Amino acid sequence: MALKSGSKNNNTGKSEKGTWKVKVGLAQMLKGGVIMDVVNAEQAKIAEDAGACSVMALERVPSDIRKDGGVARMSDPSMIAAIIDVVTIPVMAKARIGHLVEAQILESMGVDYIDESEVLTPADENNHINKHDFKVPFVCGCRDLGEALRRIGEGAAFIRTKGEAGTGNVVEAVRHARAVLGEVKRIQTMDATELMALARDLKAPYELIKDIHDTGKLPVVNFSAGGIATPADAALMMQIGVEGVFVGSGIFKSQNPSKMAKSIVKATTHYNDPEMLVEISKGLGSSMPGLDVRTMPEDQKLAQRGW
Amino acid sequence: MSILHHVGVLALQGDYAEHIDMLESNGANVSEIRLPDQLDEVDGLIIPGGESTTIVQLIDIYNFRSKLVDMASKGFPIWGTCAGMIVMANELTDKRPSPLQLMDIKVSRNAFGRQIDSFEENIIFSGVEGEIPAVFIRAPIVIDTSADVEILSVEEHLSKPVAVKQGNLLATSFHPELTNDSRIHKYFLSMLGK
Repeated sequence: MALKSGSKNNNTGKSEKGTWKVKVGLAQMLKGGVIMDVVNAEQAKIAEDAGACSVMALERVPSDIRKDGGVARMSDPSMIAAIIDVVTIPVMAKARIGHLVEAQILESMGVDYIDESEVLTPADENNHINKHDFKVPFVCGCRDLGEALRRIGEGAAFIRTKGEAGTGNVVEAVRHARAVLGEVKRIQTMDATELMALARDLKAPYELIKDIHDTGKLPVVNFSAGGIATPADAALMMQIGVEGVFVGSGIFKSQNPSKMAKSIVKATTHYNDPEMLVEISKGLGSSMPGLDVRTMPEDQKLAQRGW
Repeated sequence: MSILHHVGVLALQGDYAEHIDMLESNGANVSEIRLPDQLDEVDGLIIPGGESTTIVQLIDIYNFRSKLVDMASKGFPIWGTCAGMIVMANELTDKRPSPLQLMDIKVSRNAFGRQIDSFEENIIFSGVEGEIPAVFIRAPIVIDTSADVEILSVEEHLSKPVAVKQGNLLATSFHPELTNDSRIHKYFLSMLGK
């Protein structure tokens, strides 16, 4: 190798792991991509081959969790390890809201991102995990900007606006993405004098609201999650302004998972090109069966978990 | 800046928006590239950070491969960051993905480990004064090169190259687009339109 003089580092050699920048940075690398729920190594391989930018390892996809009822917990570490073994893309896994020990276990086994998720049964109804305590980054769900900023305040380095997981119905994802992004736009136009009152109303850290006022955007990456079942759904969320999508039951509960996965990946890239979306949407077979969120009893809505 | 460069950023997946912000704040005219024909309008291309398996797959689905290989061989400037370095490599230590083989470099993916081992470090970059803040995220590293490849920076701990240049082609393991330091972007702009 031709070593150009002066290229060898003579610095102090100090490197720092687990910084805010590298936590947020991994989410930045996932942008424009699709994160897919998988329940075993075989599905993880299909997802990777279809172009997923990451996989979420969990025991049951949300539609099955919804059907089965009972308490949904962190997945068996051996199942997560088997997925880590077969793919080279980042692997995420879910811990229950407030379950810091599940999070410690996931961090120890080398999971790349932890989802503190309302899809699992909450372990603490008052407190979320103090995510600053960890070197591994966390993603959390939100329904509005206040919830997003409370999670970021606790150390979440990545936000996903909650849809209603396991329904195949995009309506809640749209509602919550519009709520968060609309509020970001509103803050930009506000007078700086009004920000403290807004922090009080949103129950959110003032510094983060000030940051949005100054930069015009959220301080972390924002994806949409829950209810996305077709390429058009993914493109819709991208046009609304999220930076990528999580797809759960929508892939492996569809008729042809590999084809559906590839098409959702393509639609997330070409979200703004209707002609491309025509081709992408053709011949996919049936999507996952959907649920009408309006007729769903309130206590079955997962998005309401967390605060 | 005397010449207004028109730079393309491959916008298939990854942190292309961060590169666009950095280029625009340095006076470049920037286009997102999602289809091969769009390459004809630009003077150079950045392949951003992201997931290399995803980016390579979309490169092949949308028939970028032969066009990029051809353009690179004719002197078209290309800079790959992280996943972009993997895409440009001649050979990988993994079986996947299948790189474009633009540069004579052999690259090891995720060379520092998983996300928990991602780090920040100041590095020396030949051709730029002083230290540069570098962000390494599940970063690759160069483990071998031909004699035609200039090594611009070496990471301390693994003692391997993290920035390399071969004529019109530049690759870095780290992400200047995630910092406020635009010197590497200026360095790439200086490679354009000579």
